[in-house]
Amino acid sequence: MSLILSEEQELLRDTARDFVQEHLSVKAFRAIRDQDVADGFDRKIWAELCELGWAGIPFSEEVGGAGLGFAELGVVLEELGRTLAPTPLLATVALGGTAVALAGNETQQKEILTAVCAGERLLALAFQETPRFNPEVVETRAETAADGYTLTGEKRLVVDGHVADTLVVTARSADGSVGLFLVDAGAAGLSVERTRMVDSRNAANVRFDGTPAQALGDPTASAAVVDEVLDRAMIALSAEMLGGIQESFERTLQYLKDRDQFGVKIGTFQALKHRAADWFCEVELARSIVLMALRGVDDAAPNLPQLASAAKARTSDVYIQSGEEGVQLFGGIGMTDEEDIGLYLKRARVTELWLGDGDYHRHRFATLEGY
Amino acid sequence: MADLDTFRSETRSWLEANCPAEMRTPPKSAFDVAWGGRKAEWASPEQKQWLDVMAEKGFTVPTWPKDCGGAGLSKAEAKVLKQEMRALGCRPPLMSFGITMLGPVVLEYGTDEQKRKFLPPIARGDIRWCQGYSEPGAGSDLASLQCKAERDGDDYVVNGQKVWTSEAHLSDWIFCLVRTNSDASKHDGISFLLIDMDDPGVEATPIELISGASMFCQTFFDNVRVPVNHRIGAENAGWTIAKKLLQHEREMLSDPGGSGSPTGARKRGTLADDARLSLGASEGPLPDTALRERIARLELDTLCYKATLTRSADGAKAGRGVGPETSMFKLYMSELNKRKSDLRVRIRGANGLGWTGEGFARDDLAATREWLNSKAESIAGGTSEIQRNIIAKRVLGLPD
Repeated sequence: MSLILSEEQELLRDTARDFVQEHLSVKAFRAIRDQDVADGFDRKIWAELCELGWAGIPFSEEVGGAGLGFAELGVVLEELGRTLAPTPLLATVALGGTAVALAGNETQQKEILTAVCAGERLLALAFQETPRFNPEVVETRAETAADGYTLTGEKRLVVDGHVADTLVVTARSADGSVGLFLVDAGAAGLSVERTRMVDSRNAANVRFDGTPAQALGDPTASAAVVDEVLDRAMIALSAEMLGGIQESFERTLQYLKDRDQFGVKIGTFQALKHRAADWFCEVELARSIVLMALRGVDDAAPNLPQLASAAKARTSDVYIQSGEEGVQLFGGIGMTDEEDIGLYLKRARVTELWLGDGDYHRHRFATLEGY
Repeated sequence: MADLDTFRSETRSWLEANCPAEMRTPPKSAFDVAWGGRKAEWASPEQKQWLDVMAEKGFTVPTWPKDCGGAGLSKAEAKVLKQEMRALGCRPPLMSFGITMLGPVVLEYGTDEQKRKFLPPIARGDIRWCQGYSEPGAGSDLASLQCKAERDGDDYVVNGQKVWTSEAHLSDWIFCLVRTNSDASKHDGISFLLIDMDDPGVEATPIELISGASMFCQTFFDNVRVPVNHRIGAENAGWTIAKKLLQHEREMLSDPGGSGSPTGARKRGTLADDARLSLGASEGPLPDTALRERIARLELDTLCYKATLTRSADGAKAGRGVGPETSMFKLYMSELNKRKSDLRVRIRGANGLGWTGEGFARDDLAATREWLNSKAESIAGGTSEIQRNIIAKRVLGLPD
């Protein structure tokens, strides 16, 4: 598949950009943050977004989806990432929804994904246990019960966990295998504690104490599926990060053209020009690898895990670089809450460490390549 | 499409019938590919034979018009030819700056007479060209060049000095930027001249480099007479042509495995394999974890760079024109190559420290020389700093 957007994808991008500018601008993000909205997002806007069909982009038409792919999902996520838009799209569609689509049996897919596409159900993927990302550690236990399973354990950094109607949870069975399980919000022995993140992203710590759960598909056969889900999660997150990277770069570039010091625009200084040029290269490289990874999902690329790590390593490094360069080049004003650029630095930090930073992914890439 | 299929099968049978077996093995170095010219030294009779049959067919410059020595192929046909050559393992019959740099600008800016005079000998490999751009006082600030051409009747009289003229001592002609107007602003007084190096007033002396190689020369011009009709484009309009030609050069330099990186095609073990051997390490994660990280970083950067080349090619294929990403190719590729060459020596440890002779394997010695040579990548064809200036100005629109 081509690494440039098709005409249809460009149309989708333009629609998404218009919608996001109108309803989900950085101003809207600030309003949600400053008013301390309990859900952490605007349900009315979410309903409109679902009416546009975005919640069903990668899902089949049988469940009410658009039957498109990650390439299209990535287009929308990038636009949402540009304005730090608070929506449950990433957690519900790209993470939870993808898990259901990959691992769920026919009944589960039909029931859950139909509700997701209709905007009637929110999902969250609960996988992280260690403070620093290490998906090999899964101590949450799944025990068989009369009517399915019970889960016991704790998960952290569950994005949108506080609003999810259904949690998709990784847990280890008695035989040692790791599988995926479904837990309904409000289930007995489930406690969900919303966490206030530095970037005002919505997340939660979740505790299971003999909480009733249902296996997603066959839990003993899904160890490989967990990896596949995480690969896709990394790639989708990278697409969102690309939007933030592009936006923070463009905003800083504009500032270099606008700001006067020593009687000239600061963009005339070669020390800053060279930094901008190097930064531009990094942005372009990030765009290329994200596009390649998104298409890798749709084309079932045999090296998808490598592409996922390549994309997440790059966007992690470049987003942090963008946030840091942005604040530095804006100077004093960049340190204020009033100026938006600092919001991107904070979002960069959270998205960098979520699902593995550059160091983690270089380590993973080397392991995947056998060295 | 049917025409293309016919062309493919005809080309395949022609290549099978005409490409000597010796020319179907990968070149071991840049010297295994012919560079042509009056002073050409042929590595084998087959090398000459291969060049002659390909040139006869117009396949050394397949997309050039037939009366210019080409085969008049469409881009699609030229791609088929390339694919079929690759499938058979055919070596390129000829590499030269005439093909990659001068040819395209003569085709664009030359008169019909100039095209017919200068292009066919390039296509046949009869004449080898070198580039006369830089001067001792005009490196990054190329437009400040001083090599002077004064009009005298139907000739120019050229006096001055060029430097970094690649392989000038092996070349026959030189394409030169000369100052034809000293009063105009520096960009507006430059002309583009073609000069025969057989003239007794031209002298080229090789420069020894840190790598021990001498592929660059200093070239001196002492009252060299050049007919006015050997000027490409209008008088004092040479800067536009020079910039265009530099674009062709940068494209060549940023093509991985292209003639800008002759060693790119050479088969080697992966960096990780080399590191394992060099560390005496068995299977599993490399014990030197910082080195392992360095290898992974380089491989990931290379993957991202290749993805960018693919994206750019896809854009061109879809008729979207040249995207802004192309401006980073030369800058990023040269820095990548430098890092790769550096890492190869680093991985080799003691084996990477030899200069010559006994006690070192050929590959190891080559890696060391290549490390030194690679330093030129971010200097030649516009330094990395100049590339950053260009990106800041042309792509990012930052003010002067």
